[in-house]
Amino acid sequence: MFFVFGALALAAAVGVVTLRNPMYCAVALLVSFLSIAVLFLLRGAEFLAVVQVFVYGGGIMVLFLFVIMLINQHQLRETRKYGPHWWLGLVAALVLGLVFVRAFYPAVFSDPASSPPAFTHVEGLALGNSQAVAWVLYRQYLLPFEIVSVFLLVAMVGAVLLGRRQ
Amino acid sequence: MGAILEVGTLHYVVLSFLLFLVGVVGIIVRRNMIVVLMSLELVLNSVNLNLVAFSYANGDLTGQVFAVFSIAVAAGEAAVGLGILVALFRLRQTTELDKATELSG
Repeated sequence: MFFVFGALALAAAVGVVTLRNPMYCAVALLVSFLSIAVLFLLRGAEFLAVVQVFVYGGGIMVLFLFVIMLINQHQLRETRKYGPHWWLGLVAALVLGLVFVRAFYPAVFSDPASSPPAFTHVEGLALGNSQAVAWVLYRQYLLPFEIVSVFLLVAMVGAVLLGRRQ
Repeated sequence: MGAILEVGTLHYVVLSFLLFLVGVVGIIVRRNMIVVLMSLELVLNSVNLNLVAFSYANGDLTGQVFAVFSIAVAAGEAAVGLGILVALFRLRQTTELDKATELSG
């Protein structure tokens, strides 16, 4: 499962970067989002997998598709896909790769055999992943949660202002 | 061979790194701003994957809660980024980033 959907997510990501038509890029991005949702499920994050499908697969994808359709397709036809700094991307990939190998090469991670009880149990009761996440979110992280709600309001007002006709 | 096929945290870290790399290359390389924003979403998604993997490895839900915040911020970022894109398109009739040269003198 991991290898199938991991390979799918990676192939779709490569498609996003290399395809010419933005509409095809959006479809590849959707495949990548859904594969990553499956990978979340495999690590016991059921609530997050559903949020991933709703917010990324639903909300953000609709936003991208609306903008692609709003903007005239003929204007979108690119003469060249890649900008003048395409070699810079390869250099950045190489440097990041070296940093990653240097940082993680002899790494040892703990691999629990099964999903940790904290993911589905609240104070010893088996309630499920959504309740467990809500328990931590609304008790330990209530202030960040409220700040995120204000942030979303600001983003909404900003997007409306930017999209308004002068 | 069996040790490689047994999926662990390292698999997730490597996959998330590769997705991150593809996203960064996309941000730098592409000219179309829509695709640059899509690559940005890929980068944010790869970070979420890492958060979930380490949350599982440590048996701690904080990683998942942080990923929820990260998804909310990604949604706001996409909305504002696409708003900027629409404003740019109205101004210049293009979505290509190297045509937006107001600040280059």
